[in-house]
Amino acid sequence: MAEFEKANSVGEWFDQRLNTSGFWRVMMTEYWIPKNINFLWAMGALLAMMFTLLLVTGIFLLMYYKPDVNMAFDSVNYTIMQEVAYGWLFRNIHGVGASVVFLIIYIHMFTGIYYGSYKKGREMIWLSGMLLFVTFSAEGFSGYMLPWGQMSYWAAYVITEIFGGIPFIGDELVIWIRGNFYVSDATLTRFFMLHVLLIPMAILGAIVFHFYTLRFPHVNNEEGEFFDYKEESEKYLKGDKAHSKVIAFWPDFLSKDFMVITIFMIFFFYLVFYNNDFAMDPVNFDKADGMKTPAHIYPEWYFLWSYEVLRGFFFDIAGISGKSLGLMAFGFAQAIFMLLPWLDRSPMVKPANQRPIFKYWFWFLMADLFILTIFGKLPPTGANAWVGFASSVTFLVLFIALPFLTKIEAKIAGGK
Amino acid sequence: MFAIIVGLVVAVILIVLNIVLSRISFVPKEIRILSIVVIMVSYIYWGFEPFAHHEMHPHVAEATYAFDGKADIEALEEAGKDIADAEIFWSSVAKVAQHQGNAQAGKELVIANCTGCHSMTHAGFPQIMSDADSIASYGVTPPDLSLSGKIYDRNYLIAFISNPVKAMHIEHKYPVGGEKVFPMPASDWMQPQEIADMVAFLADSASAVPAPVLKEGATEVEISKAANKEVFEAACVRCHSMDYAGITARTSGEDMNKYIGAIPPDLSQHIRSRGDEYLHNFINDPQRKLPGTGMPRVGLTKDAEMQVVEYMTQIGDSKKAQREELGPKILIYLAILAVFALLWKRQIWKDLH
Ligand code: HEM
Repeated sequence: MAEFEKANSVGEWFDQRLNTSGFWRVMMTEYWIPKNINFLWAMGALLAMMFTLLLVTGIFLLMYYKPDVNMAFDSVNYTIMQEVAYGWLFRNIHGVGASVVFLIIYIHMFTGIYYGSYKKGREMIWLSGMLLFVTFSAEGFSGYMLPWGQMSYWAAYVITEIFGGIPFIGDELVIWIRGNFYVSDATLTRFFMLHVLLIPMAILGAIVFHFYTLRFPHVNNEEGEFFDYKEESEKYLKGDKAHSKVIAFWPDFLSKDFMVITIFMIFFFYLVFYNNDFAMDPVNFDKADGMKTPAHIYPEWYFLWSYEVLRGFFFDIAGISGKSLGLMAFGFAQAIFMLLPWLDRSPMVKPANQRPIFKYWFWFLMADLFILTIFGKLPPTGANAWVGFASSVTFLVLFIALPFLTKIEAKIAGGK
Repeated sequence: MFAIIVGLVVAVILIVLNIVLSRISFVPKEIRILSIVVIMVSYIYWGFEPFAHHEMHPHVAEATYAFDGKADIEALEEAGKDIADAEIFWSSVAKVAQHQGNAQAGKELVIANCTGCHSMTHAGFPQIMSDADSIASYGVTPPDLSLSGKIYDRNYLIAFISNPVKAMHIEHKYPVGGEKVFPMPASDWMQPQEIADMVAFLADSASAVPAPVLKEGATEVEISKAANKEVFEAACVRCHSMDYAGITARTSGEDMNKYIGAIPPDLSQHIRSRGDEYLHNFINDPQRKLPGTGMPRVGLTKDAEMQVVEYMTQIGDSKKAQREELGPKILIYLAILAVFALLWKRQIWKDLH
């Protein structure tokens, strides 16, 4: 064992044993971030903040929530909302936070797409990000079931039913997922387990992994510029911060993140106090009733686009039932974003607006997702059904066309 | 096709917006990016909230508290139905309404015509049958009339006494000549003056009902809650329960199902699930929001309806006041924090430029 001098301070005591100063330097003060980034690069830290808020408020809710079909609704709407001191505040933060976290995830994702931050060495960042998207989606879905209101029940019913469309094993799979022939107490308890244990653990792991994947490729920047981090960081360390292209994670980058987070929190708490119906649907304040189908069943806003892709195919084509087609399109929509690094065949790492072809693709995709989202909530009747169909097909076509479009772009760019 | 066109339009708008914003170089770049994000987020929000609501819940006529039948006749006209019957009925109601009632004479009439079935505890007519017996005889418990002259509109009471089914707007449940007959008979055979007298008596005795007795030092909230509860119990609790207030409907769900063919929901969370605008509109005339529903129009005055909805808020959203009090404080705290965060960031970044 190495000789240990007597420590002169608590900090030194820990430093001797854990090399805290070295750790701090590697993780914080000498972890380099490019300087030319804008506030969109604060979305990652904002997500970490939102996750923390969800975790903490979730722990408080867990102290009073009862995962039982006879008690769940009242434990939330009576005990937590009306009896427990500030229980309503925890629930509102948790409910609104769960919705808003998806807004930030989407901004974060589309920032990545816009700036091309998923390719040329950043593929693992992208994949670990998608892993987070999938786990967050599962977390959102399982959590929405817990208050056991009408939307909880019917969303669970409709979404678990989707798996019934899988060939051969579908029917058995639905029963296996629900733990019963219909959505019941067994369903609620297992989704409770998923929501408070298994998925949060997976998310924590995935966040750590996501941070790890950022370490070597470094984050992208506004111009998609590649530069020598060693050279630039040396400049910074010598004190020429103004001319260095990098900044330190701490305090430079985080001071800006903190600013963005606090400004965002004003908006967030405004929603928590004054405008939370969009996140806590009024219909869900009716107790679950398996005998009474609500007039309109729709998922939370952040699932609307993929729900609309599922519903879009409402008639049979070439002998394949609309339901199967919808299911296939839905599966495609879930998986296709993961393949983005390989679908984009253009070597350009540039903001979309500076890419001759990709820019149209990007904004067209945004427009299509908006339309899918908006029509995903409306009843799929008359013209709405056709809008749904056309925008679902457009979605598929956009992704199928991407490799070809970007190949052309590669040629144009190569010729310049 | 339509979607592709709309999609193209939206895409073009987004691209133009981008080009325009990227040219306005006197505005800091971060602000320009922020404005694009804000515009897109607002558009999406508009789409899945206000726009979707507008599409899924068509607007209905405003609540009116005149109970003069105008709204009913308009609705019939709109639906292309015959209005003659309704016009005759409501004009006879209007005629009765012109008579000045005499409460003293009304009392005799009420004793002769009403108290055989209805109690009026505050005026000295106790309930004579148990709830169970009433349900066995009439299908439902008849309401106590103590407060009726105060919480129900005068015009409505006149209409109700003349013809309950028409006043309640539930002709679809009790069609003329149908097999089901509403337990309370119509009294349109009475003289207009007599009906006016009875309504005058109901109003007189309701105003003499003392305010609910509360313990010494009750807070303002407790006082308003007790007053609201009294109205809620008189108007709603024959059929509806309110679990979160420990209130159970006087007629059980099973009996209600026999009586009107539906089980009235528990109202504990209706302030959250329906919201106050819906509730006002619905209570004022249920047929407007839910055509075919078994719930009758009860004819609450505007004030009484306010009290009912306020009670539903006090029970179903009991932390509203606390929320409204805490909200501004947290927002101010965050605003101050944001200023410090901004200053700190400036401080750190001044060496970086
Ligand atoms: C919800 C949990 C998530 C957390 C906590 C998180 C956190 C972060 C952080 C802190 C960064 C670095 C700073 C920044 O660029 O914002 C980052 C970058 C990145 N994240 Fe995430 N992220 C999450 C989800 C996602 C998702 C769903 C995706 C997309 C599939 C994604 C894709 C990326 C990409 C591509 C980058 C690199 C950006 C660049 O290089 O410019 N992340 N993330």
